[in-house]
Amino acid sequence: MLTEWWTYRLSDFLLFSPRTWYRLHELHNAAIWPAQLVALALGISAIVLLLRQRPASRAVTAIFALCWAWVGWIFHLGHYATINWAANWFAAGFALQALLLLVLGVVRGDVSFERAPTQDPLVVARCKILATAQRAAGLALLGFGVLAQPLIGPLLGRPWTQIEAFGVTPDPTVAATLGLLLLASGRAARVLWPLPLAWCGITGATLWSMGSPEAFLMPLVGIAALLIRVCGAASSMRTSDR
Amino acid sequence: MPKQAAPAAAAASAAAVLNPATKPVPSTGERIPVIGLGTWITFNVGNDPVARDVSAEVIRAFLDGGGTLIDSSPMYGSAQDVIGYGLDRLGAASRVFSADKVWTSPGSRGPAQIETSRRRWGIQRFDLLQVHNLLAWEEHLRTLFEMKAAGELRYVGITTSDGRRHSEIEQVMRDHPIDFVQLSYNIVDRDVEKRLLPLARERGIAVIANRPFREGALIRAVARHPLPAWAGDIDCANWAQFLLKFIVSHPDVSCAIPATSKVAHVRQNIGAALGRMPDEKTRRRMAELVGRL
Repeated sequence: MLTEWWTYRLSDFLLFSPRTWYRLHELHNAAIWPAQLVALALGISAIVLLLRQRPASRAVTAIFALCWAWVGWIFHLGHYATINWAANWFAAGFALQALLLLVLGVVRGDVSFERAPTQDPLVVARCKILATAQRAAGLALLGFGVLAQPLIGPLLGRPWTQIEAFGVTPDPTVAATLGLLLLASGRAARVLWPLPLAWCGITGATLWSMGSPEAFLMPLVGIAALLIRVCGAASSMRTSDR
Repeated sequence: MPKQAAPAAAAASAAAVLNPATKPVPSTGERIPVIGLGTWITFNVGNDPVARDVSAEVIRAFLDGGGTLIDSSPMYGSAQDVIGYGLDRLGAASRVFSADKVWTSPGSRGPAQIETSRRRWGIQRFDLLQVHNLLAWEEHLRTLFEMKAAGELRYVGITTSDGRRHSEIEQVMRDHPIDFVQLSYNIVDRDVEKRLLPLARERGIAVIANRPFREGALIRAVARHPLPAWAGDIDCANWAQFLLKFIVSHPDVSCAIPATSKVAHVRQNIGAALGRMPDEKTRRRMAELVGRL
C-alpha cells in the first residue's frame, strides 16, 4: 500500500486529533467505571504476591493475562477501533500476549518469579548483586506502571476523567508487564518480550505525532527494560562460566 | 488567529452568504462551489456523542453557507459514519455533493467497500468516487466506470497527496476519461502548476485541491503576522480566506477542501468563496508575501 514510503511523515499515519484521543479515554473510563479500581487492586495484589518469599507465579501471570485480554477487548476493540482501523491488529496482539501469559505462565508454569537459589557464596556474589539490581528495577517499573504512570496525565494538566489506568489502558499495563518480565526467570519468559516492546514503539510514535509531552516515555521504558534484561543475562552467564 | 475583518469583506460575507462562487465540472458543466469540506482527522471522532453533534453543526454551517461538496474516505476512521450521522440529523442527504474514495487492495474488494461506505453516509448513491492514492487503481477504475455506466455513480476520479506519484497520475489522466483528479495544492506547494493543472485543463478534468493549509501548519505559520491591508481588495477577512482564495482563483482548480471541526472556521472557509477573487498579479503578490513569512 505504501509506495514512495520515504516521503511519508509519522503524522501522515495519525488519523485523529489529540482532542479525540483524550476524549476516547474519557469515554472509555466512563463506560468501564469502576473497573479501574478493580484493576488497581489486581495490580497491587500482583506486587504483594511478588514480594512474598515464595511468589505466587501462576496467580501473578493470571492477573496480567486478564489485564492484557481486557485491554485488547474493551479498549482496543471496543473504543480505539472506532477511530483507528489499526486497533483491530493491536487487539489481536494484546489477545496473543494474554494467551501466551496464560499458557506459559498459568497452564504450564514455565514462568517463575522466584529468586535464584544461592549455593556457593564466592561464585554467586556478583551474580546476586546483579540479580538484586534487576529485581529492584523490575519492581520499580512494575510499581511505576500500576501506581505512578496513571498520574502523568493529571500532572500534565489533563482532567482526571481522562486518566490512563493500569490494567484497563495499554501504556501502564505494558510498562508494568515489562517490570514483571524483569523479575521472571525461565527461558519461556523470552517469548513474552516482543509484544510489549512493539507497543512501546507504537504508542511512542502515536504520541509523538500528536505532539504529546510524554511521547518518549514508553520507548524509553522499553529500551531501559530491555537493556537491564540483556545486561543482567550477560553478566549472569559470565559469572556462571567461572 | 488575529481578526482583521476588512469592512468590504464583512459586507460581502453578510450579503452573499448563500451565493458562493462556483466552477463547472468540465465533463458535464454542472457547477460546484469552490469551497468544499474535507473530513481527514477532523471528522474521525468515533462514538463521542458531543463531538458528533459538533460535526453535524459544522455540516449545517457549511451547507447554510452554500457549500455542497463533502469529501471523505474509508481510510479516515469513523469520518464516514460521522458524516452519515450529521446528514441524517440535519435531513440534508439530498443537499450534498458526496465525494468519497475507494481504498482497498486487491481491487476485487472494491465493490464491497463502496457499499459499506454508501451505507455509512446514508445516501442513495455517491456523486463522486475516487481511487484513493492510486491504490489498485486499474481494477478500481474499471469498477467505477462500470458503476457510472450503470447510473450508480455520477463522476469518477483519482487522488494523490503531498506530491506523490505524479508521473503515474499524469498517465491516468492521459489514458482514462476520469472526471476529477484530487491533489495537494496550496500557496507554498505549487508543483502541480507545472504539468498536472495544465493537463487537467487540456483533458477537461475537474481539480480538487487537498491539504490547502498543510494540515493547519500554514495557518499557524502566517497567523502570527497581521493580514495585509490590501487583502481587503480581494475581500479576505482572515488568513484562511487569503490562503483559500489563492487556491481557488487558479483557473484550473475547481475547488479546495479544507477540513475543520469548528463551526467558526467552516464559516471563515466558506467565506473564501465570496466576493472578489485575486487576479494573476495579485496571486503572485500573495505567494511572495507568504513565502517571506
